[in-house]
Amino acid sequence: MSTLCEIRDLTVTYRGQRIPALNRIDLDIVAGERLAIIGESGSGKSTLARAVAGLLPLGAKLAGEMRWSSGQPPLPGRDLGFVFQDPSSSLNPVLDIGEQVAEGARRHLGLSWKTAYVRALKMLERVRIAEPQKAMRAFPHQLSGGQRQRVAIAAALAAKPGILIADEATSALDMVVQAEIVSLLDELVREAGMTLIFITHDIALASGFADRVAIFKDGNLVESGLTGNVLASPSEAYTRTLIASHRDLATPPLIREAAP
Amino acid sequence: MTLLAIENLSKRFSSGGRAVAAVGDVSLTLEPGETLGLVGASGSGKSTLARILMRLLPADAGSIRFEGEDWLSLSGTDLRRHRARMQMVFQDVLGAFNPRATVASVLDDPLRIHDIVPKAGRAQEIAALLDRVGLPASYAGRSIREVSGGQRQRIAIARAIATKPSLIVLDEAVSALDVSIRGRILELLVELQEERGISYLFVSHDLAVLRAVSHRIAVMEAGRLVETGPMRQVIENPQSPAAKALVNAVPRLVTQPTEGPFHDV
Ligand SMILES: Nc1ncnc2c1ncn2[C@@H]1O[C@H](COP(=O)(O)OP(=O)(O)O)[C@@H](O)[C@H]1O
Ligand SMILES: Nc1ncnc2c1ncn2[C@@H]1O[C@H](COP(=O)(O)OP(=O)(O)O)[C@@H](O)[C@H]1O
Ligand SMILES: [Mg+2]
Ligand SMILES: [Mg+2]
Repeated sequence: MSTLCEIRDLTVTYRGQRIPALNRIDLDIVAGERLAIIGESGSGKSTLARAVAGLLPLGAKLAGEMRWSSGQPPLPGRDLGFVFQDPSSSLNPVLDIGEQVAEGARRHLGLSWKTAYVRALKMLERVRIAEPQKAMRAFPHQLSGGQRQRVAIAAALAAKPGILIADEATSALDMVVQAEIVSLLDELVREAGMTLIFITHDIALASGFADRVAIFKDGNLVESGLTGNVLASPSEAYTRTLIASHRDLATPPLIREAAP
Repeated sequence: MTLLAIENLSKRFSSGGRAVAAVGDVSLTLEPGETLGLVGASGSGKSTLARILMRLLPADAGSIRFEGEDWLSLSGTDLRRHRARMQMVFQDVLGAFNPRATVASVLDDPLRIHDIVPKAGRAQEIAALLDRVGLPASYAGRSIREVSGGQRQRIAIARAIATKPSLIVLDEAVSALDVSIRGRILELLVELQEERGISYLFVSHDLAVLRAVSHRIAVMEAGRLVETGPMRQVIENPQSPAAKALVNAVPRLVTQPTEGPFHDV
């Protein structure tokens, strides 16, 4: 297992803020792993994603180091794909689906438009868009939320990046679609041997497929480790609280049930 | 006596020349003090049903009996009088409140409009409502924008119980909250139900949430009610493909060591 990026003592402070959004983070990203970044809202998950992708807004102060094994940070779009919670923030509403998926492949793989369109169609098939030929000519607003998220994934992967960051990519979707998208992501990154950084507030969702988890709270890294180890024997009280607050179909109900 | 009986309710929308049967021939009932969980994929018609019930949207066909009244034919003073008995809590969006409102004004409105408490007693009632939902009385003077998402949802619940309703419709009311806060809001709702005998129509796309609070569960798919039954029956032995898919989609917390190449790092 080789380390793709060593994050050391990373602190990020947004412009005009006194309190850093991320506070002295030490974390390794391992090549080819599925790393889940878990935390409640405001814990700094998206800030970490933006720092890794080199997409922090202007004026944000970054201290500490990110040491990439390749010697230089990944180029967004080419080396690193990004899928957001709201696909409208990564999709352009006035471009048809074919063009937006083809664009990344054309630019970063040096393809002609014609071959880029062929690649785009293949990507839409890969993410299992219904009627991919027709979808190529559709606009984002004509698709459902789940279909739009599939398009965003196709666009993020069109240039064959080595790293995919999914930031709450399934949080706006209903549960059935969420499960489909998670298994699609899992399959795609596995096949391509990509590194997946999966950001979520849902510890159970991550527990199902991440190799390692990193738990964040208020800008601090609470603990990180192999998923099974952290979930089976968390070393921090906060992790235990997160686990205890989780509800699934095995959690006792809150209502008093009528005697059967 | 049955509190609410919805019969053969239908609603179509036409958008872009295409007709959508958002709600198609839905019938269901709700007893006093009972929670009916309404679950379904996004777009299955849950919010449309909730909005028709709240009289925010007219139905195309069907009828609703609520507290013995022909609910959809009530209008004017009659409707206003009965509206106090059915309240709603939405997903936490600031949009559910006037952004300039203070906590006190949010709670004062229903007390005044529905004539629940005379003016002289309102400050005291507002303090009691805040106390009931677990917020200090000093919050009354705050702007609704200054409070956190979880606190705002407590205020929305206080607003809903202010008029002493027999039914509260909750549409994804806890979906936007962090898990630790979500659990406490669910506990509050269950306590209020036990204390006041309120019925809930609890709309959610998350079966794990509905399992915590529902006595019965109804499953919608493409506008239709495809399955209804006691909570345990629907979750432990779902019959319809839609219910089965929803049950399977709930993420389970896996606490065993992960399979795969990272096992022995
Ligand atoms: N552009 C920004 N300017 C100032 N503060 C920000 C900005 N983006 C995020 N923050 C703050 O940084 C902290 C971490 O935010 P974020 O990384 O978005 O958390 P998460 O993704 O876990 O919800 C929060 O307190 C948030 O309010
Ligand atoms: N105002 C509207 N105009 C047109 N179509 C609508 C409108 N509101 C809802 N719909 C459609 O009705 C269907 C049901 O929507 P909704 O009741 O919001 O579902 P849910 O709450 O289960 O996600 C969807 O196909 C939706 O697109
Ligand atoms: Mg975020
Ligand atoms: Mg809805």
